[in-house]
Amino acid sequence: MGTKIWSRAFAVAAVAGLTFAACGQQAAPAATAAPTAGAATAAPATPAPTAAVQRGAGGNLTILYWQAVTALIGHHAQGTKDYDAARLVVEPLASTGPDGKPVPALAAEIPTKANGGVSADSTSITWKLKPNVKWSDGTDVTSADVVFTWKYVTNKETAATTAGVYATVKNVEAVDKSTVKVTYAAPTSNPYLAFTAGTGQIIQEKQYKDFIGAKAKDGPKIPVGTGPYKVVQFKPNDVVTYEINPQYRDANKPFFKTVTFKGGGDATSAARAVCQTGDVDYAWNLQVEAAVLKPMIDASDGKCKMNTAPSPNVERILINRSNPAASLGDKRGEPDQPHPFLTDLKVRQALAMAIDRGPIAALYGPTGSATCNMIVGLEAYTSKNTASMSVCKYDLAAANKLLDEAGAAKGADGIRVYKGTRMKILYATTVNPLRQKEQDIVKASWTQLGIDVELKAVAAGVFFGTEGNDTAAKFFFDVEMYTNGASQITQDDYVTNYICSEIKTAKDKWSGGNYMRWCNKDFDALYTQYTKELDLAKRYELLAKMNDMIVQDVAEIPLVNRTQPSDGISKALKGVIPTAWDSVLWNIADWSK
Amino acid sequence: MATTTANAPRLAEGEWRRPARSLWSDAWHHFRRHRLAMAGVVVLGIIVVATLFGPLLWTVPYQKLDYSAALVGPSPAHPFGTTDLGHDLFARILWGGRISLAVGLTAVLIAISLGTLVGALSGFFGGTLDDLLMRLTDMFLSLPQLPLLLLTIYLFRDMLRELVGPELGIFILIVTVVGALTWMPTARLVRASFLSIKRKEFVEAARTVGATDRRIIVRHILPNVMSPVLVSATIGVGAAIITESALSFLGLGFPSDVPSWGRVLYDAQNFMEIAPHWAIFPGMFIFLTVLSINYMGDGLRDALDPRRTQR
Repeated sequence: MGTKIWSRAFAVAAVAGLTFAACGQQAAPAATAAPTAGAATAAPATPAPTAAVQRGAGGNLTILYWQAVTALIGHHAQGTKDYDAARLVVEPLASTGPDGKPVPALAAEIPTKANGGVSADSTSITWKLKPNVKWSDGTDVTSADVVFTWKYVTNKETAATTAGVYATVKNVEAVDKSTVKVTYAAPTSNPYLAFTAGTGQIIQEKQYKDFIGAKAKDGPKIPVGTGPYKVVQFKPNDVVTYEINPQYRDANKPFFKTVTFKGGGDATSAARAVCQTGDVDYAWNLQVEAAVLKPMIDASDGKCKMNTAPSPNVERILINRSNPAASLGDKRGEPDQPHPFLTDLKVRQALAMAIDRGPIAALYGPTGSATCNMIVGLEAYTSKNTASMSVCKYDLAAANKLLDEAGAAKGADGIRVYKGTRMKILYATTVNPLRQKEQDIVKASWTQLGIDVELKAVAAGVFFGTEGNDTAAKFFFDVEMYTNGASQITQDDYVTNYICSEIKTAKDKWSGGNYMRWCNKDFDALYTQYTKELDLAKRYELLAKMNDMIVQDVAEIPLVNRTQPSDGISKALKGVIPTAWDSVLWNIADWSK
Repeated sequence: MATTTANAPRLAEGEWRRPARSLWSDAWHHFRRHRLAMAGVVVLGIIVVATLFGPLLWTVPYQKLDYSAALVGPSPAHPFGTTDLGHDLFARILWGGRISLAVGLTAVLIAISLGTLVGALSGFFGGTLDDLLMRLTDMFLSLPQLPLLLLTIYLFRDMLRELVGPELGIFILIVTVVGALTWMPTARLVRASFLSIKRKEFVEAARTVGATDRRIIVRHILPNVMSPVLVSATIGVGAAIITESALSFLGLGFPSDVPSWGRVLYDAQNFMEIAPHWAIFPGMFIFLTVLSINYMGDGLRDALDPRRTQR
């Protein structure tokens, strides 16, 4: 009946929403880690290919994304699926490996200060293209294509979704036919930002020169590329089929003759397709409860294994510092309306101490682990101080004591009253079976503190959208939960979310990243210091300090550090190297069976 | 003959002893002989009593988590087994039954009341009123139910939440909207029956003895159109229970920790292989409820059918 179809459609949308926060995660690049001289250029990007690998020796490779592809040009991508599907065809100058460091793709080597590729003042970087790389139509790849890509992306009328990445790029010029120089507006700690990873895909000038700006929407939907494959057929919102690009630079690769990139379904059916039926070789983003996923993987005839990598993504609970009460009318949620009890540090600490991370992490199983840090992704800057903090320890007795100290005595109904306000918390998140279970677990503990908790689940499209009152940005709840994380290993874009100036109001359409309305002058001072610091070791130290401050002051409560990718792959598939900082298909040319 | 005269007063006495026959006592008489309908009454009765009084006897709180007893099958400690967080399913189903049954029955009650009212007025009085009401029915029929439900919830949920709390607020919204959007088939059925029955001789007869319009509608025609109404109502109960569960998992129904049957079933879907009990029990209860109501409808239709009483 009608409702059933609706239900299914929405279920798909709901699951899709789980990773909404992580979408657009494809960003770029790498730390300024000055690689030891020559290391970056000498070390092959990928493991030594097995001797037997021969171009086209494999049959068909089937990839399943439960969100279907809608655009094949990375610069018009609407999500991870589009970046990834495009990546088989269109390449950046450099990919970003699992350690966050750049790996040459179209570039001959990675420019560094040591080899003179990065200017001494850290404002410009000069890339050399690999010699004799050809587009799939047989023409040469030149530096003019890189310059054109920049012009294409930064033209406002083009409406490229990757334009933000290039905001700090001042100029891109062709030094000669195979050399291109990128100049940033200011000294940067991350010169590899532009033209790398998912957002750096180089498009062909010849193909797109007449489709720049407003005409971009009429441009070719199937790009000519340099990657291992070219597109045979593209059915938007359904399937993409590829065959080997005869011009691909490595004569022995790729191994698979054809690739089928299917879209649709949901995470659970994707898990079944790769683990039980073996219909697909690669299934993206298995956001499935561990209790369901584990038996599939562990089954004696299980056909799959997990393909995961540590990532900066943390599932967290945000605590609202402003008052979301509807009775305030227009003043609702404004930063100058303090929350009746969440502004008290002791209350926030009590809430944090009542979080039992064990069972929450157990829901994620292989795709997440408990964490009490907000800034993670790289061992080098992940704080080790939080483990010993009292706010990170599950202790209901101590939490209750803190609330007593805060003067919140229990009323007749067993619910605490803080300075005349009954402690009732509206706890929102997206519609997702896993998240609703997290809510159950947290609610059970908070209820034991004498706090009345009302759960709310909002469809992901609405929650992360801009319409209506149920959005994460407006935050008309007391607490909300979702996953967020840096898109760059440098964490630059991410830590900005915690500074006072990112607190926005209804007048600014709530466009700032500081949803918590958390303003801490000490943090802002650290942040200012961080943005000016170019020395890597000191930057890492500052990141850890900022992390500790967020956790100690309970701006947010970290729950689970999720992996990215969280994909399932066929046991027979070889050569897959997961990285959180680039497309999971970044080295598909090296895959074999 | 002497025997005849002797018998006559006895017969009269027997006639006199029989209780007065009314529509409802007659119906009950027939209904009792409908075995499946009686089985429906018993099963539904048990379910209703269990959901009303069960939580008083089975005191495990439905929201209690117990990670050490996650996903265990039916056992004395957990008669219906547990969920992956160790919720006791028996407690959840007892508690959730109140919501599902209340939603299903109330929504249908609203729908058949509205439908019967509109259909009766339209069919009995005809003319302009009929035109107006039937165009209104057409208009309602063309409204897509779920989008409208989503819109209504979006517009009024916060207001009702402030007024009566999140759970009662969403209850009122769901039953009102489901009721207000499913009365149309009933209205058409009732109108059609009214059109044919109002020309029957017994209605004419009633009119000639001076019965008012109201009396004719309520006492003479309505009992004759009850059967299609009851059948459409029984189908409606199941649909309302399912609509509620659909809303729950769009995040627009009751809060996610309120275990209505639909919600429990939805939560169970991914665990079908490893914990079938989780899906079977709520599924069975929805099934039994809808089936019982359907059989009761069947029995009622037969019992209330005036032609049947003549057989």
